[in-house]
Amino acid sequence: MPKPFDKLTATAAPIMRSNIDTDVIIRIERLVGNSIRGTLGKWAFGSLRYLPDGSENPDFILNREPYREAEILVTGPNFGCGSSREGAVWSLQERGIRAVIGSGFGDIFFANCFQNGILPVIVDKAVVDQLAADIEATQGAGKVSIDLEAQTIVSPSGARHSFEMDPRRRDGLLKGLDEVALTLQRDDEIHAFQASDRTARPWIHSTRISA
Amino acid sequence: MPGRSLLEKIWDQHVIARLSEDTDLLHIDRHLLHDLGGSRGLLDLKSRGLKVHNPELTFATPDHALSTAPGRAGTSKIGQELLAALRVETAASGITLFDVDQPGQGIVHVIGPELGLSLPGATIVCGDSHTCTHGGLGALAFGIGSSELTHVLATQALIQRRPKTLRARFEGKLPLGVTAKDMILALIGQIGAAGGTGYAVEYAGSAIRALPIEGRLTICNLSIELGAKMGMVAPDEKTFEFLRGRPYAPQGEMWDRAVKAWRELPSDPDAVFDREVVIDVEKIIPQVTWGISPEHVVGVDGVIPDPKAIDDPARRAAVETALEYMGLQGGAPIAGTPVDWVFIGSCTNSRLSDLRAAAEVARGRKVAAGVRAWVVPGSENVKREAVAEGLDKIFIDAGFEWREPGCSMCLAANGEVVAPGQRSVSTSNRNFVGRQGPRARTHLASPASAAASAIAGAIADVRMMGR
Repeated sequence: MPKPFDKLTATAAPIMRSNIDTDVIIRIERLVGNSIRGTLGKWAFGSLRYLPDGSENPDFILNREPYREAEILVTGPNFGCGSSREGAVWSLQERGIRAVIGSGFGDIFFANCFQNGILPVIVDKAVVDQLAADIEATQGAGKVSIDLEAQTIVSPSGARHSFEMDPRRRDGLLKGLDEVALTLQRDDEIHAFQASDRTARPWIHSTRISA
Repeated sequence: MPGRSLLEKIWDQHVIARLSEDTDLLHIDRHLLHDLGGSRGLLDLKSRGLKVHNPELTFATPDHALSTAPGRAGTSKIGQELLAALRVETAASGITLFDVDQPGQGIVHVIGPELGLSLPGATIVCGDSHTCTHGGLGALAFGIGSSELTHVLATQALIQRRPKTLRARFEGKLPLGVTAKDMILALIGQIGAAGGTGYAVEYAGSAIRALPIEGRLTICNLSIELGAKMGMVAPDEKTFEFLRGRPYAPQGEMWDRAVKAWRELPSDPDAVFDREVVIDVEKIIPQVTWGISPEHVVGVDGVIPDPKAIDDPARRAAVETALEYMGLQGGAPIAGTPVDWVFIGSCTNSRLSDLRAAAEVARGRKVAAGVRAWVVPGSENVKREAVAEGLDKIFIDAGFEWREPGCSMCLAANGEVVAPGQRSVSTSNRNFVGRQGPRARTHLASPASAAASAIAGAIADVRMMGR
């Protein structure tokens, strides 16, 4: 069950490159196995975070103080595009990230965030750029505040920005709702749908072949 | 009231419950599992004390983590464990598994259409972003994450927001040497890797109608590289002919009923789309990527972008980053760039027609010295059909390696990688940083272009190697 999200004031790290895909967030070989949860935090952004010899890349923002403690990422366009791997979200979560702010995210990554209690916030690119500039102006010392209930972000400069959010998804994050349990409460409706659909589209439901 | 689109028709038919103005609980008709996430999902379900809601609508096959070496030699210990777990957990839940060496095994997005599991008007999900491939048959198909996968196992339903609709119309007659892969790469180059984000894309127009089904599957496969998790083509007579007689397609009287229903699916003439794009296919030439996003694409007769000629600082920096990673010089022609590897395979381009196109170029020629070239058929059935036609022999005679079906070097989940710093021409779908192995450099292209590059030892224009 996801952890509820309501308010957060934290260090934020701008990672502004476009099209950071989920392969870059977590490499595939870290995800091969059934017992990977809890092992992924140190591999988040592996190819950016470590040099070929395995040492930390001092140029990568999450390797620098105070960004090491960042719980918020401010991201470039199309962050989280590509593969559906939920391990991308798990690795960010295990690295301590609780919210991502950008002008747009990969559709599947965006959905996966909500499943894990991570808040993805979409705002205009101009707002993202301003936030990144405000953070850099304080060399990361200035915190970013997010209030999900009020749907606002406050930049280190004090500038306040509002954001849109699907009310259903907001409610789910605020309460940490478990979608599987919620849907199973509608199991009668699922069975009723299937009963009637079996008549309308029998070819969907009879899948056992004799051949 | 305006007409309805293909998306709207399929969507409305699957609504179990309306949860909000734009969010519905949708019935899922087909759920495909693979070795990387399938057993994990089934174990997750078990740990919650839940059962698979509809095992008869769920199908599994190993593809990601097993070796594609002859005899499957070299499957890693963890790959073997995942396969063993998939066998145990699917058997315990009563889920059909298409196992190694059996007809039916293969890349999930190749076997679904091939077996007739994927049908027009069906909702199809899989824990893999390239599930959009199945949209080529007129299905509503999309990739999901692990949590949604568990949700579907437990409920045979999924909570989804209704996407916006984008219609991409490909018009005109496709020039010689230009393929479905080139069409979709050209569209990504035109509207960008986020151009389709938030949309379900319907591919339409005369050039889509003229494409065989396997080409439509390739087009839909790259929807996610456009940012769209769903892509689809309206079913037509070609779709029905493709599906007729396949093992899981309806038969007899049920077939007639199904076809009658499928004929109602295409978008109404007065359907309204949120966005519309038109592509003149007569202007498309074979495409090849130069960078680290599928939107970094040019015609094979083009030049690599020169950062010095780009005014916008953000875009200039992005091009510089990509060129540094790729080890390329801005302003140089892309053709002639020497390559180390050629990979023909993946859910994008590993079907029989893809292998035929590559073999046509390879026949009677030799892979250039210093190039390793692999052909990895998409499924056991594709492999057997290709062997029956002698395609394996053409490839082997030309110096290609002929392998067992699987995802292989498309994402390198099974340890099959391009070495650091080496350059690959690949028929797969992603040229991301490290996608084919740490620091590997990937150029996406069509099967014919990839085969031509293997022969030339460098990125090549297949039109210059005419038969």
